[in-house]
Amino acid sequence: MSTAYEGAVADLIAELGQLPGVGPKGAQRIAFHVLASDTADVARLAEALIQVKARVRFCVVCGNVAEAEKCRICVDERRNDTQICVVEEPRDVVAIERTREFRGRYHVLGGAINPINGIGPDELRIRELMTRLADGTVTEVIIATDPNVEGEATASYLSRLLGSMGLAVTRLASGLPVGGDLEYADEITLGRAFEGRVTMRA
Amino acid sequence: MHVSDLALTDFRSYPEVVLAIPAGITAFVGPNGQGKTNLVESIGYLGAFSSHRVSSDAPLVRQGCERAVIRARVQRGDRPSVVELELNAGRANKARVDRAPVPRIRDAAGIVRSVVFAPEDLALVKGDPDVRRRFLDDLLVQLTPRLASVRSDYDRVLKQRTTLLKSAGAVRGGRRAVSAAAEEESGGGTSAGGARSAALRTLDVWDAQLAATGSQLIAARVDLVRRLRPHLASAYEQVSSAQGELAVTYRASVTQARPDDAPDALDSPSAAADAEEELLRPDVVEARLLEAMSRLRPKELERGVSLVGPHRDDADLVLGGMPVKGYASHGESWSVALAMRLASFELLRGDDWGGGDPVLILDDVFAELDGRRRARLAALVAPAEQVLLTSAVAEDVPAELDGARFDVMAGEVTRVR
Ligand SMILES: [Zn+2]
Repeated sequence: MSTAYEGAVADLIAELGQLPGVGPKGAQRIAFHVLASDTADVARLAEALIQVKARVRFCVVCGNVAEAEKCRICVDERRNDTQICVVEEPRDVVAIERTREFRGRYHVLGGAINPINGIGPDELRIRELMTRLADGTVTEVIIATDPNVEGEATASYLSRLLGSMGLAVTRLASGLPVGGDLEYADEITLGRAFEGRVTMRA
Repeated sequence: MHVSDLALTDFRSYPEVVLAIPAGITAFVGPNGQGKTNLVESIGYLGAFSSHRVSSDAPLVRQGCERAVIRARVQRGDRPSVVELELNAGRANKARVDRAPVPRIRDAAGIVRSVVFAPEDLALVKGDPDVRRRFLDDLLVQLTPRLASVRSDYDRVLKQRTTLLKSAGAVRGGRRAVSAAAEEESGGGTSAGGARSAALRTLDVWDAQLAATGSQLIAARVDLVRRLRPHLASAYEQVSSAQGELAVTYRASVTQARPDDAPDALDSPSAAADAEEELLRPDVVEARLLEAMSRLRPKELERGVSLVGPHRDDADLVLGGMPVKGYASHGESWSVALAMRLASFELLRGDDWGGGDPVLILDDVFAELDGRRRARLAALVAPAEQVLLTSAVAEDVPAELDGARFDVMAGEVTRVR
């Protein structure tokens, strides 16, 4: 579709079309919206895009997004050190924080086991998780991967791996929309799933 | 139930079409390629949530458009409801019931039920096992919408596991899988060995997932075959004049793949009945699938395919003791195919969903049949609450199915009777 346009407009449509959830028509609509906007507004958008890459990085402990070496949650001394909640993506941390059900720490895997996309355990931050668990402070690992096929596979892989370590390994209760992403669950449903979490058999 | 109003937006060739359709019999008549099948296809989609002509949704969206919308007013008893499905190119579909969005698309399933007869139905008899598996699964999902997610989860697990088998087989680099696996356990490792060991470590997890979802699907299909069986026998009797009873049995790859020393499950009728009984229990099937996968692992790694599971199963059709495939004549094969659709209709109207008859769709099917089968089929379907049929020429519509008529020409739909 962008072949109908030339130069800078075509480039912008092509770039926007790479974004998740933006189809060719959407990309075209955003591009013309940008063209019609004030220069100052466009500059602010461009600056926000540049700053997010320059300032935000990943927490060295948990893998969450952070503006320093460690994220806000990892430096918070009021959090409970005996529980770790394992999630796929930083956006899942945000979803769980909204429920206010959980006061422990997080560990972000950076995805789920997915052979089609070439992602196995070694491509995820599982080794880092094992290191964090080594000193025995953590007594419960709550696995909150997405309620879909890849999330289930990851959860069951982790529970097999952690089963022999003398930890409680729990999984969020069912009731989450099946096949979906954790981040799309509403706060009440997700909070209930947290409260009703069940022990996984190794 | 019947569909009283249908509105399509950017569905197939139609930018916009709105129709009021009566209960009873309605024919859509027009030359091929003018859009008559697209109309009934949209109603079939509301029942099965898939098209009887294509396996992906993309061709249903009019060229150059982002979404197609099917909207139907449905009369079930005295309760009318409006179902609306939005098919999005490349994104998740959306559904509304009585104008309210539903959280999951399958929450809109079960409002419309439909049975589609089409020229391709001959493949139910003559085609590969995947055609019969799809027949069973489409029917299952209409009867129990919850199973739609079991079915799609299974497809996903299978794809993931097979990809893993292929990649684990590839890094094996020509050595026998058995020795590679043994070496893996003794901890020998090169960089290829590392990739292999990562793959093998997750294979157990995918085996468990395949067994868990696959066993549910198998148990549901076997239950369906048992419920279908009496309807199939009587439908065949009504549609054909031939002697012999039409029977169907579920052939499970997990049963076939048992070790050589296990007794042949299908040796005697009573053994076959016992074997079927066992397949109704998901826990039993799950354990069998796990056992088979662990036994077949070297072979699966070598070939890069998943060798057991519902994706390798079939429904065997037997007519008077002989397999239909390969033995039945063209006409007899058609009788069996029609019996399968008629049996689906009986099953869908008979359970307690509360909507009465499903919509019966006969897409261009009369031209395929000889005079005798045409007349019998027409007589059998005529009493249904709503029959929608398409035909290239009005003369192909049997006299028993005289009713309302729309002419369809170049995307224009005109009621002529
Ligand atoms: Zn952190």
